[in-house]
Formats: sequence, structure tokens, C-alpha cells
Amino acid sequence: MSIDTAPAAGATALDATSAAATRRDILHRLLMTLGPILIALVLAGCILLAVGVDPLAYYGYVLEKGLFSPLGIQQTLTRMAPLLFLAAGLIVAFRAGMWNLGGDGQFLLGAVTAAASAPVFVQLMPAWLALICSFLIAAVVAMIWSLVPALLRAYQGVNEIITTLMMTFLGTSLANVLVKLVFRDPGTTVPQTRTLPVEGRLPRLFDTTITSGLLLGLAAIIIVHLVMTRTAFGLKLRIVGANPRAAVHAGLGVPGLTIAVFAISAGLAGLAGAVDIIGVQGNVRADWNPAYGLAVIPAVFLARMNGFAAIGFVFLLSVLSIGGESAARRLGVPNHFTLVLVSIVLIVLALAEYFDHRYNQSRRA
Amino acid sequence: MTGLFSEVFLSALLFGAVTAAIPLLLAGLGEQMSEKAGVLNIGIEGMMLAGAYLGFVGAFYSGSLWLGFLAGAAGGVAVALIMALLCVRIGLNQIVIGIALTLGLEGLTALLHHFQFSRSYPRLPAADATVVPLLSDIPVIGPAFFKHHLIVYLAVALVFAMTYLYRRTQLGLNLQAAGDKPAALDVAGIDVIRTRTIAVLTTGALAGLGGAYLANVGAGLFIPFITNGAGFLGIVLAMLARGRPVWVLFGALLFGVCLSLTTAMQVAGINIPTDVIQMLPFLAVMIMLVLFGRRESLPAALGIPYERGAR
Repeated sequence: MSIDTAPAAGATALDATSAAATRRDILHRLLMTLGPILIALVLAGCILLAVGVDPLAYYGYVLEKGLFSPLGIQQTLTRMAPLLFLAAGLIVAFRAGMWNLGGDGQFLLGAVTAAASAPVFVQLMPAWLALICSFLIAAVVAMIWSLVPALLRAYQGVNEIITTLMMTFLGTSLANVLVKLVFRDPGTTVPQTRTLPVEGRLPRLFDTTITSGLLLGLAAIIIVHLVMTRTAFGLKLRIVGANPRAAVHAGLGVPGLTIAVFAISAGLAGLAGAVDIIGVQGNVRADWNPAYGLAVIPAVFLARMNGFAAIGFVFLLSVLSIGGESAARRLGVPNHFTLVLVSIVLIVLALAEYFDHRYNQSRRA
Repeated sequence: MTGLFSEVFLSALLFGAVTAAIPLLLAGLGEQMSEKAGVLNIGIEGMMLAGAYLGFVGAFYSGSLWLGFLAGAAGGVAVALIMALLCVRIGLNQIVIGIALTLGLEGLTALLHHFQFSRSYPRLPAADATVVPLLSDIPVIGPAFFKHHLIVYLAVALVFAMTYLYRRTQLGLNLQAAGDKPAALDVAGIDVIRTRTIAVLTTGALAGLGGAYLANVGAGLFIPFITNGAGFLGIVLAMLARGRPVWVLFGALLFGVCLSLTTAMQVAGINIPTDVIQMLPFLAVMIMLVLFGRRESLPAALGIPYERGAR
């Protein structure tokens, strides 16, 4: 699953044994991921037992509905689409050392823009062009939303954690205002935007219910991963992330790169909103805020900002959230339990990584 | 519109502002201490929720608000203990653990509430106010500022206690050093881990207390996700305050006025979506940052776990 997280093991191995070493390494990573998840499931199961729910039945439903039933896995893969875009945006920002914690605001504004513009565009132009236009405009609006934190960070050195957090609060409210006052569908009593007809949405893959947004999301995160690891531009961003002062001395235009990072990161978050609306939801209801960003941030960290590993973690998050929703309905456990489960999984994974690291260090010493 | 600016309305507005500001103040003061010591405490939202839930449950079953506050603070400390163990002692990533704790406590408190109260939301009796003699007779200001629960005055007093702590005491200096140059503190023979742990646990107690106040006095009940971003606001306040407790107080009051305005507008029947008013404090702060934004003075080692001898 991971390639550049294993230079230590890979570098010492001789060429002849490197294939075996790589295989062992992959096995090791897999074990280090699945083991902690199992432990987390047991821990979370204890909580279920404490509130009087059979954990085995619960997990059975999660697996069945999130992974093994045809409909469930399709929903899981569909859920991955926006999360992949968000993860791609975060990878760019985090590798460049910028804490863009404003993903949710950028996501919602992108979603509202796409929801408002897509039904209009569909009437004006062919469907494929309408889709592209709504995606573009969603990305641009999200980019503009990130401009203030970007400029403040680039030229005034104002900490972006504060500014992006504040912009996300502002963005959430603004998205609501837009839905309630500006883009409200006059034909419905509940405040929501006009619903995009199904034929105007992103096509589904073959004869499944999986949105083709999944492919877009996979493409986005892989492109981001390759740009960050294989191109000069990516190297520049990583230098800025590793040591901004050194980057200045190396002759890099740090303010310009900072703004570029924010634009890319926010643009991808805006695309995440667009892909969720145009691919899945069809409209935005007032006060809709799935808060995907908050769960994706730790997942990206645990993936060590590696695109391929992030795909794995996003898949895991999707299985847990889709499976958790169905299990919650069946067993009368509120859906909130999914949050607890995700939280325990994240903590145990982080702990496992720590102990693995410690073990490796002591073995080398 | 004449009724809008009547004495009664104004003092109710300000009263609400203080009530809304106290949880933010407590969270902001707590976060400030963590950040001074070099720990970016993103789990503060979770600590507030733990405080709100346990605070409510404590007060509901014991019938005593003070026991509720105590339980709330204990709940915050319990979450902070996990944070201290994972992020300070063994140095896991503070953002990962902070967000994980927030998510977990959001889920856990909602879950426990569901199994305990199902869909009912029992209320606590209104908190009895401590009326400050003489001062409370001043028109408008009196009923707005001097008829609160005792804990409000204690929270404001805490601002000055914190200022004293940071300026005049050894512990205050240690906290500052733990955030600015932990290695130097270590060389001086003071345990960095211990200092940071103290800071994180204090943050937990304050955030838990803030959550308990929010549930028990502010709302009088517990609903899932009741803090609704108050912890994150605390982080914003702490960062804007540049290490000065008094600024946290001013910031909390500014946000409090806007939050209170939201409710007041609804009561007055003015038809502006609450979202617009909710944007006001953030807008104000962003404009202030754009106009006066300078490099703020965050501790040098903020967010970096300390490991003795590491380079």
C-alpha cells in the first residue's frame, strides 16, 4: 500500500533479496493496519456491550452493509468520491506545511455553487459541458474563499489554523444564507436549492449505482500524489513545507507558492463538494453539513500524506460510515456510534505506528 | 423598532452575551495555557462535550449545580488525561489525536444521552443568581452583569489569576519556556513533560467546566453536539489573544454579544436568518486580521512533541 514510507527497510536490502523484502514490507504494513483495526473493533465492542448491544451483530451489519452486500459496497464506493477529493487537497496542503483546516467551508461553498449553477447550465449547453462548467465554478469559488487566509499567511505571516478555522465557520453560515435566500428553490417548502434532474448528474458506472465521481476522485488523488513526489513543482512545495526559511534562501518564491498551495487545496475541496452534489445528492438542503473534512484530516495524517495509503484509509472510513448507518438503523443504536468507532480506530492506528517505529529504532540501534 | 432599544431589551441582550461568553472564555483560557506550553489542543471541543454531558448528568441526579460543575471539570480532565498520555508523554501527532478525541466524544456523549434519556431532554431548574449588592441596581448594566451565577464572577476573576500566573510565578515561566524552548527548560532541571501535562490537564478542567456551564446554566439541558464549535472558537480566541488572558476575555465578550444578538433578533421577530448574525464575529475578526494582521507570537515549539535528546 505504501511506497515511500519504507526507505529504511528497502535501502539496506541487497538487490537479490529486495523483492522478498518488499513483499515482507507490504505484508508488514498490512498487518500494522489490520491489527490495530481489529483491536479498535474489540475496544469499541466493549462500549457496545456496555450499552447493551450485541457487538457481533453490529459488526456483522457493518461488514454486510458496508462491504459485502452489492448495494452496500456500491454506496461505500460512492461515498469515497468526495472524500478522495478532500484527501487530495489536504495532501497538497499538509506536504507544503500548511494547515488548511477550512476544508468543510470550502467543501460546502463548492457544493452550493455547483448545486446552484448545474441546473442552469444544463438548460443552456450539452450535459457534459454543463458538468465541466459547474465543476470549474465550484473549484473557483472555493479557491476565492481560501484567498484571504492564503494572502494573510503569504504576506503577513498570520497563522492559517486560525484563519482557515474562522473561514470555515463563515463559509458554513454563508452556504446556509445562500441556500435560504439566494438559490432557494421556489417550488419547495423546505429551504433547498433546485434539484438537478438525474440525467444531468454524473453518469453512474456501468449498471451499478456507483458514481463516476469515484474515478475522478481516484484520478485526483493519484495525480496529486505523483505531482508531489515526482515533479519539480512538488519538490518546491515539499521544501516550503520542510523549512520555509531555507526555501526563501533557495530562491523559491514562497508567497506565490503559498497562494498556489491554498488555491489547489481549496479547489480540490470545492470539487469534493461539486462531486457530492452533482454525482450523488442532486441538491443542497439548508443546514446540510456532512463535516467530512474533520474525519479525513486524521486519515491523511495516518497515511503519512501518501496518496495510495490515503485511498486505503478513505475506503476504510467509507465502509465504517456506510455500514454504521445501516447497522444503526437495524439495531437502534444511534448513528453517532460510528464517530466513536472512527475515533478509536484513529487512536489505535496512531499508537500502533508509534510502537512500530519504536521497535524498528531499537532493533537498528 | 422602538422596543428594540428599550432598557429591558438591552440588559437582556447583554445578560445573554455574558452567558454565551463564559464557556468561550473558559475554553479560551484553557487553550491558551496548552498553547503557551507548546501543545496545540484540538481535542478541546471533545473536552467541552465531556464536561457538558457529565456536568449535566451530575447536576441532574444530584440536584446540585456545583456537583455538576465538579463532574464537568472531571470529565474534561479525563479526556485531557488521554491527550496528555498520547500527545505529551509519547508524542503522537497532536492534530490527529485532537481531532480523534473530538470525534469520539461527539459520538460517545450523543450515544450515552440516547441510551439514558432516549428522545427526552429533561431540563434543570434555572440557576440561582448571585446578586451583587449596589452594583446590580445600576440601570441596564446592573441586571446585565451583576445578576449571574457565582461561577461567572469566578471565571472573570480567573482571567486576572492567569495574568498573575504567567507574569509573576515560576510555574508561569516554566509553561512559557515549555512552549518556546523546551530543551532550555529541560537543561534548567525542570521536567518538560510534567509541565506540559499540567497545562493539558488544566485545559481539560477549564474546558470541562465551560462545557458544564454551557449545558447547565446557558441551556439548562443537554442535547447532543451542544457545544457546536465552541471549542474551536476557544482555539481561535487563544491564538488571537497572543498569550494575554485579558484579550481572551474581550474576544469572548465580542463573540458572546453576537451569539446573544442572534437569539435576541429571533425574539424580537426580526426576519434576518440567524446565519447572517452568526457570521458577524468571524467577519469582525477577519477584518481586524486583514487590517492589523501582523506576525503573531505563537510559541516556537507549538505542536512539536518534546523528546529529550532529539535533534
